[in-house]
Amino acid sequence: MTASTARTDEAALPKRNLARLYLLEAKFEFLKLWRLRGYSVSTLVFPLMFYLIFGATFGRFTTQGIRVATYLMVSYAAVGVINAAVFAFGAGVAAERGQGWMMLKRVSPMPPSAYFVAKTVMAMLFSALVLVILTVTAYLMQGVHLAAGAWLELLGVLVAGVIPFAAMGLMFGYALGPNSAPTVLNLVNLPMAFASGLYIPLDQLPPLIQHIAVYLPAYHFAQLALSTIHADAIGSVAGHLTALAAFTAVFGFVAVRAYRRDEGRTYG
Amino acid sequence: MTVPSTSTTTGPATGADAAGAAAPARVIAEMASVRKDYGNVQALRGVDLQVRAGEVLALLGPNGAGKTTSVGLLLGLLKPTAGSVTLFGGDPEGAAAKMRTGAMLQISGVPATLKVREHLELFASYYPAPLPIARALELADLGEVAERPYGKLSGGQKQRVHFALALVGNPDLLFLDEPTTGMDVGARRAFWQQVRAFIGSGRTVVLTTHYLEEADALADRIVVIDHGRVIAEGAPSDIKSRTAGRRIHAVTRLEPELIRSLPGVVSVERSGAALDILATDAEPVVLEMLQRDGELRDLEVGGAGLEDAFLALTGNGAEAARAGGRA
Repeated sequence: MTASTARTDEAALPKRNLARLYLLEAKFEFLKLWRLRGYSVSTLVFPLMFYLIFGATFGRFTTQGIRVATYLMVSYAAVGVINAAVFAFGAGVAAERGQGWMMLKRVSPMPPSAYFVAKTVMAMLFSALVLVILTVTAYLMQGVHLAAGAWLELLGVLVAGVIPFAAMGLMFGYALGPNSAPTVLNLVNLPMAFASGLYIPLDQLPPLIQHIAVYLPAYHFAQLALSTIHADAIGSVAGHLTALAAFTAVFGFVAVRAYRRDEGRTYG
Repeated sequence: MTVPSTSTTTGPATGADAAGAAAPARVIAEMASVRKDYGNVQALRGVDLQVRAGEVLALLGPNGAGKTTSVGLLLGLLKPTAGSVTLFGGDPEGAAAKMRTGAMLQISGVPATLKVREHLELFASYYPAPLPIARALELADLGEVAERPYGKLSGGQKQRVHFALALVGNPDLLFLDEPTTGMDVGARRAFWQQVRAFIGSGRTVVLTTHYLEEADALADRIVVIDHGRVIAEGAPSDIKSRTAGRRIHAVTRLEPELIRSLPGVVSVERSGAALDILATDAEPVVLEMLQRDGELRDLEVGGAGLEDAFLALTGNGAEAARAGGRA
């Protein structure tokens, strides 16, 4: 009889180099997306481009008690993180499911976690790159300077922010087809980031949007990131963390449901 | 000669087989009374199948016969609605079984921006004792494009990458699911050479195909599947002789019922003004028809396609196979 739980103890299996396996999976995941211009450009170059335009225009004003130049550095980095995670998981999973690449991996002895760990690590790497690019640009262009401690804290929040948006991406990746995924993700991502105050500071936006913002994961993520550089926080850190945890749980739940529903058709 | 059908697994003979498991004919993959439904569609309606160590087994059948479903079940991608599936004596989903298995599935592609060598390096890392990358490249004739991104390859080269991904883990059991679909004749022959080169050293292969020629070229044993059932089983020469029917096409005033009653006629169908007749031998049937209908015209005689061959097997052919199997 075929048991549904097929967890074999790794120790009982013929030996293979697991560290190398995970490392290669992450390395090739990174290379794969680095070479995919649609991904690397939109993740790394778009936030920079926005910063060059809006940072130069509004940089000298203040918002939430800090310079807009600083605010935008943080919020555009958040945009980069969200794009890196949502597209790697959303468009990536949808495409790889559509191709049959996922099916081939499921048949192989690859530990399933390797696939997801690799995508997470890769999105985190892109997130760190976005922050570095924006930090250098903000410093050269606007003289924005953060204390090393605050910068590292910001880096930590941004990198951890990959997790809720990876869950969001997975949800779309399993629910959507390979062709519709990128379009739908753009249609969701852009308004979400805008209404969360990532492109233009929240206090510059109409009150209606400020009311909507609290229901969006990107808003809570951005406020958490801003709290690390001592901006006047809107809401509490604990509140934002709770909201993000709840979003992650809901996205994860829907993703698992969509995965189960899909399993019989495209092999997952 | 007909290999006894595995549908007789309830008999005591099977117990004796299992007891002699140390013999070369060890069963390494098995489906027992497997049914698989997709909603209302019955893809498999009770299939018994044994894959023995060292054999090249072809699952032959038309599109939609249930071949790919069988492979999906044996690989643990699908769960049977009823019956049981084992791979290397255990759960097909278990990592131990997967480490001994390689699969070339019907996929449309792998990530385009990774190079051939990179794809192989990654897949090799999943297995405990993979082939050297250079060897896998050589076996699949990919040496010249090793540094090329997958997305820049021709269709045939992509297909060979899928083959290389299946063999780079150095598997004991290799699944090839319709491996040459879309290849031209030359490419198909070349592919068969590559498969033979790889399996030379006592590996086991499960091949699905709807080309009798392909099954004949590679397999030691053919299992014919149609409409979710095993309808025949035997050595390639045996299956070939049973499917060597002829198709007769003619405009005649003879009644289809009359023709159907002639010896050697498998089926008669109307095709416009003409009749399409499937027969094991063409000559006696044509002779008989000409004697009875002097105005018979537009006569054509040709080889039966595989669809016709399946018809022959599902019709009286299958009965004969069953009778032969029991004898």
